[in-house]
Amino acid sequence: MKHDYELVVGLEVHAELNTASKIYCGCRNAFGKEVNTQCCPVCMGMPGTLPTLNEKVVEYAARMGYALNCTVHPVSKQDRKNYFYPDLPKAYQISQFDIPLCENGYLDIWVDGAEKRVGITRIHIEEDAGKLIHDDSFTGTLVDFNRCGVPLIEIVSEPDLHSTAEAKAYLDTIKSILEYLGISDCKMQEGSIRCDINVSVHKPGEPFGNRVEMKNVNTFSGAVRAIEYEANRQIEVLESGGEISQETRRWDDLKGQNFLLRSKENAQDYRYFPEPDLLTIVLEQDYLDGLKASIPELPNRKKVRYIRELGLPEEDASLLAETCEKTDFFEQILAAGKIKPKSASNWVLGDVSRLMNETGKPITELGVDPAQLAEIIAMQEANRISSSAAKQVFEEMRKTGKSPADLVKELGLEQVSDTAALQAIVDSVAAANQKSIDDYRGGKTNALGFLVGQCMKASKGKGNPALMKEMLLKILEG
Amino acid sequence: MELYQLTAEKLSAMLAARECSSEEVTRSVLSRMEQKEPEIAAYVTICGEEALKQAAEIDARRAAGEALHPLAGIPIGIKDNICTRGVRTTCSSRMLENFVPPYDAFVMEKLNAAGAVMLGKLNMDEFAMGSSTETSYFQKTRNPFDLERVPGGSSGGSAAAVAAGEAVLALGSDTGGSIRQPAAYCGIVGLKPTYSSVSRYGLVAFASSLDQIGPMGRSVRDVAMLYGAICGRDNHDATSALREYPDFAKEITPDIKGLRIGLPKEYFGEGVSAEVRDAVMKMAKELEAQGAELVEISLPSTDYALSAYYIIASAEASSNLARFDGVKYGYRAKDFANLTEMYEKTRSEGFGAEVKRRIMLGTYVLSSGYYDAYYKKAKFTQLRIQQEFAAAFDKCDLLLTPTVPDTAFKLGENIDDQIKMYMNDILTVTVNIAGLPGMSLPCGFDSKPMPIGAQLIGPKFSESTLFRAASCWEKTLGGFDLSRTLA
Repeated sequence: MKHDYELVVGLEVHAELNTASKIYCGCRNAFGKEVNTQCCPVCMGMPGTLPTLNEKVVEYAARMGYALNCTVHPVSKQDRKNYFYPDLPKAYQISQFDIPLCENGYLDIWVDGAEKRVGITRIHIEEDAGKLIHDDSFTGTLVDFNRCGVPLIEIVSEPDLHSTAEAKAYLDTIKSILEYLGISDCKMQEGSIRCDINVSVHKPGEPFGNRVEMKNVNTFSGAVRAIEYEANRQIEVLESGGEISQETRRWDDLKGQNFLLRSKENAQDYRYFPEPDLLTIVLEQDYLDGLKASIPELPNRKKVRYIRELGLPEEDASLLAETCEKTDFFEQILAAGKIKPKSASNWVLGDVSRLMNETGKPITELGVDPAQLAEIIAMQEANRISSSAAKQVFEEMRKTGKSPADLVKELGLEQVSDTAALQAIVDSVAAANQKSIDDYRGGKTNALGFLVGQCMKASKGKGNPALMKEMLLKILEG
Repeated sequence: MELYQLTAEKLSAMLAARECSSEEVTRSVLSRMEQKEPEIAAYVTICGEEALKQAAEIDARRAAGEALHPLAGIPIGIKDNICTRGVRTTCSSRMLENFVPPYDAFVMEKLNAAGAVMLGKLNMDEFAMGSSTETSYFQKTRNPFDLERVPGGSSGGSAAAVAAGEAVLALGSDTGGSIRQPAAYCGIVGLKPTYSSVSRYGLVAFASSLDQIGPMGRSVRDVAMLYGAICGRDNHDATSALREYPDFAKEITPDIKGLRIGLPKEYFGEGVSAEVRDAVMKMAKELEAQGAELVEISLPSTDYALSAYYIIASAEASSNLARFDGVKYGYRAKDFANLTEMYEKTRSEGFGAEVKRRIMLGTYVLSSGYYDAYYKKAKFTQLRIQQEFAAAFDKCDLLLTPTVPDTAFKLGENIDDQIKMYMNDILTVTVNIAGLPGMSLPCGFDSKPMPIGAQLIGPKFSESTLFRAASCWEKTLGGFDLSRTLA
């Protein structure tokens, strides 16, 4: 940081849960529907209506709690957060105040080649508000209540993040876990995951600076820009002899700037009090134990394990850990055969990912059986087939459903490693390409690739390229 | 004898025996309304045509031999804070003057299914805040016993209509005494049921943790009949109790032998008029003569109940009434420069003085820095009161107290003295704070002569016991005397 300041960041991530219905009524939890069609008297806050809690929301939130190593409280309560705004039809949001569902957890993230532990203060459940609509085609403002009552969890971190890279890694990891658990769609363009950011700066060894809260950050890249902007703003203020006051600012991603929303003196008093229309949330220990046991190995753990135990490069591990369909597939390949993890990773991140992109299908619908892919990789590793032959078998396998072993036989792709036969091919190629040999000897080393290619061609793709390359080198340098 | 003068029990039997039709009963009550409304002003909205249509339908179903609910064809008035689909529900406030709910309250669904005939919507204190029905935006309802006097409140319209024969039965709501106090003032029977036994879905909330809809009628059995029709689990109210209820009206017996009736001394102390105290003590002696055992009880935290009540109720109200912001429905101010001004003007113009006073009080006690001193302490007091009641019910089966310290006061008498007005609730709020059932029943007249109310309080879900004791008292009196108001 400029002028040796240390950055301190805490994040509040709001994620919409993808339950079938809303949190306090039976309306569908659906995005992108016609304005004011996914709402009812309850979520529109009509007089006399009452909320009833969707138990799925508690389940999803508790699972996230366990995923982030929290204590999930068997008894928690819901509270009203009171404020006036046209998108909030009851003029209070039902949330959780002093006894949230989950508390005191942590999340391990991977930054700059090392693991870092970030404290999780709490996770609580709450309802989303509606949306205001402004448009040139009408005067005034209209309200769309479709989003009212969409279930949210708010994940609050400790102020443990000290760089934008850490903040970004934290957000990416939270997102991948939400997706792994299948509890949020995490579609940023639909606003299903958003964050508020607390930023302060201080010189090492000095007490924390006053923190500024930034609202309205809707993308992770925006979060990085917002943190950078705010840190620089604070440093500039401090360096010019000013002071940072505790305040709330609104991030404008288009302008790349933030603006004062309200100062500490004007901080809103939400007058929280226990929601009298809802019962205390009481969860049986057996139920909680079951939820805890249902949490799979999570992407951040997998990533570290892939790097440390499987020896994968960090980039491979990160790309695999992005989604559970990739990690599941990768691990199924490894389980099926004794092959190198890196080979399996190359296939998953290479041809398999390419197929997913081309077809738009999930990994399980590509017609690729991980055990059969493992067989192909094993043959390739054992030099029984070449890499181009492996690709050919892979494609044929998808088309015909035949086993890799049968296809290798059928297509005559078994690699020739018989030295005498290969030597004959190499010798004839060398005899026919004196110019390339001269080129190589004259310093044009890429002539070797051409010669290997000619050998492969002459062997009809079956010759072991590594062996033939060795033989060629003997001739070239002999 | 006119049909409008009869009890629901009697009318139900006559309807079943085809001695009269629901249409005839409804016409009788509607013409009584035509005669009395100019002086009583109990109704905010009258649904004459719809009521006659409903009555005709019930008659047709009965003629077709259908087995009907005992309340089928009985004309009922509904307090105007209970949502009625297609019929405006105003809470007697300018804020909701033209609000027509697109849904029925759970109790209305039950009554409609039972075939009860809805006469219209009854006047009340604005948003149920008041003890005289004088805070209504629309009109002042008068006590049928003395038109100079208030009917009590907030369910003043309900009590006056039932007493005057403008409804056979009525629904009220009770947050701190709003069924029992007007029932006492108008000489009828009113029950504030156990919290959670009647769904609050569709009851426009005042104080969610204290509100309860309840029945009002001219006899104990009528009230039991209506209570039986509206209680029960509702999945749309998370606080609704999951349990089965007996047929209250059917199982009533006036036998109270061995029943231990507690007399909490704090409810007979200073502030309670001598005439009221004597009347209730006379009733206690009579019940003793009928086989009950009288037990002296002490509930020492009673003194703090009123303060705790006004803090909790106002806190919840300040939040519950925040939704009336001019954005979605209800009143919206005409001229405003921006959003904040729209909110301010709408709420300043849409709410009356008493509602605004309580919103301010509630906002204050929930504010940061005051929450612990007020709201939290009030909740602690609530716990104490609950514990004291629980201890009392180890020593007795139910409690007998006056409902109100005095009989109905004159219109305008207390309107400028909030403390005096709030004192009306001093003997009733504890029941709401503890979530208990409480019933007010007529207990003679004072020298004015205005009706005196006695209150029976029982443990949670002890309504059957309350009905039993009340019915014993009713029997010894030979029925409650409404001859002056039904004439």
